[in-house]
Amino acid sequence: MTGLQACLLLSSLLFAIGLAGALTRRNAILVLIGIELMLNAANINFIAFWHYGPSTTHITGIMFAIFSISVAAAEAAVGLAIIVAAYRHSHTIDLDSMNSLKG
Amino acid sequence: MSISFLIIAVLIVGGTAAAMSLRNPIHCVLTLSITFAGIAALFLQLGAEFVGLTQIMVYVGAVAILAVFAIMMTQSRRGLMLGTFSRNALVGLLTAVAVFSVLGWAVLSQPAAGVTRAVSPVSVQQIGSSLMHEYVLPLELIGLLLTAALIGAIVIAMDRKEDAE
Amino acid sequence: MTQTLDQVFVIFKHWLLGYVPAPVHGIASAVLSILPVMIVFPLLFAITTLLERKGLGRIQNRLGPNRTGPMGLWQPLADGIKSLTKEDIVPFTADHMVHFLAPVLLVVAAFLAYAVLPVGRNMVLVNLNAGVLFFFAVGSVVELAVFMAGWSSRSKYSMLGAMRAIAQMISYEVPLVLASVVVIMQAGSLSTVDIVERQATYTGIFPHWYVFTPWGFLGFVLFMIAATAESNRSPFDLPEGESEIIAGYYIEYSGFKFALFFLGEYLGMFATSGIAITLFLGGWSAPLSVLTSIPSWAWFFLKLLTLICIFIWVRGTLPRLRMDQLMNFAWEFILPMALFNMIVAGLWHFMHPGAVRWFVCAFLILVPMVVLSALLKRKKKLQLRTYSFAE
Repeated sequence: MTGLQACLLLSSLLFAIGLAGALTRRNAILVLIGIELMLNAANINFIAFWHYGPSTTHITGIMFAIFSISVAAAEAAVGLAIIVAAYRHSHTIDLDSMNSLKG
Repeated sequence: MSISFLIIAVLIVGGTAAAMSLRNPIHCVLTLSITFAGIAALFLQLGAEFVGLTQIMVYVGAVAILAVFAIMMTQSRRGLMLGTFSRNALVGLLTAVAVFSVLGWAVLSQPAAGVTRAVSPVSVQQIGSSLMHEYVLPLELIGLLLTAALIGAIVIAMDRKEDAE
Repeated sequence: MTQTLDQVFVIFKHWLLGYVPAPVHGIASAVLSILPVMIVFPLLFAITTLLERKGLGRIQNRLGPNRTGPMGLWQPLADGIKSLTKEDIVPFTADHMVHFLAPVLLVVAAFLAYAVLPVGRNMVLVNLNAGVLFFFAVGSVVELAVFMAGWSSRSKYSMLGAMRAIAQMISYEVPLVLASVVVIMQAGSLSTVDIVERQATYTGIFPHWYVFTPWGFLGFVLFMIAATAESNRSPFDLPEGESEIIAGYYIEYSGFKFALFFLGEYLGMFATSGIAITLFLGGWSAPLSVLTSIPSWAWFFLKLLTLICIFIWVRGTLPRLRMDQLMNFAWEFILPMALFNMIVAGLWHFMHPGAVRWFVCAFLILVPMVVLSALLKRKKKLQLRTYSFAE
């Protein structure tokens, strides 16, 4: 197993665990954290392919990772704001109980 | 695969597994910070210095703090008495296992590619100049996006007193 | 002669490394570089606690500690013995693991920040290409440690103190970084060694320190204000003032862990002063070119001691700011001034050197300062105080 394959396996494991968390947890904030973990797994992929790529002077992988970090931070902020607003409305963030569209 | 990569990988996977399975949400966020630090260490080892330090500053210093603040603000008394996993947890777990097996097979079935070379960290000047020349449009769009997210998050989470009456 | 005195520690380290066998050379070099940092800065912390208590006492028209030893010189030793032998009380309902790890994380983050500080010529632990970014990244880990300390104690006072402290630290982190971006713009590099070397040149006998330019002076003032707020020092110590919230987020800590919090806070103060010296005051370079015979590390520590004395002086002089005053100050004055500072620094870079750019830049700094302070005062009518119930 080369270094690139090790990095890619690590990032797919991270992605799978983040996906498992996002699909199975009850707390809405922890689902958001699972999404953040999936974004981080994608970042690891970008940096791994930059490092093991043909030439390190093409920094497309790094630029993508930088933009991905910024977008993930913005998305976390807005997602958490939505969760706080939903909590204020229904006084719970249990996703299993938010199963009807009528509020 | 060097010993440092193994240590970082153990840290990352251990932190993630703990983050997605602990009962107390604050403990989850704290173990998540360990994961983020591990990922930053991996970036530094692969020679992406700027991205690794930005990862610590943004994720550990801002996103984790934001998450704990949100958990503090949305704590209900019944919170810890509910189960940690939802009713359909098994389906989610099976989906994740299926995704991981497909991805793992895709990674391992290809012939080993990738050039192993010495790590020469990219300089910040290179990143800066490419941000100003090739990637200037994404830079401006990110500024617009962050402004919209800032204003939107404040408006959504604002405490509107008139709704309470 | 002055050259060897300047490099005496580097030469000593290389001499010691000669006795180390080849395979462990890397680790031994790292340990030999780290050990002085871990000895000198806690020693400086001990001296500063005594200096602060004596200095504050004199400002407040009283003697400081003077019982333990001549002029109270053994007071830090007595404080150390006390904190080591005190009983370590942990609340019953506290989260023990997080309660234990919070001071550890704080001290680790505070020590990590010294890795990029150039203490003298060729005397930096790691010459990172993104050194200043490393410093700010490590500084943002401190907020997580503060939250862990406040939340794990499961006490209302500590949680409230932690929330206030984190809000304050986040609010002042943005002006801190923006005030240093000006220096990075001018120096063209994020490496601390490069920034110091650009300031170590002289025209005539005057140095090229960035503090001697209009944007540099304003940047230095903004940086010091934000640094005072980042380390929760007076006048920004509402989260930990004794008459406000007893001790804020480290109420439930006793004994050695309390001392670790103290150590972490002071180490953070030293590190931020060190970075301010590196960015604005020329690092290890001498103020006049005739004084370069004094070694570079001596100049660094002299400047560091001066900044510490200024911190103590400000603590003894100014009253505490209230929470909303603090936040208004950060978001409505310091942040816009930092942004204007960046515009002025850009103008300075592109204008022709001479007296004209001095006047233009100084004017462009003074006008926003006057306008913003007028805006800050607009909600408060400063008038004679009236007492409704006293006679």
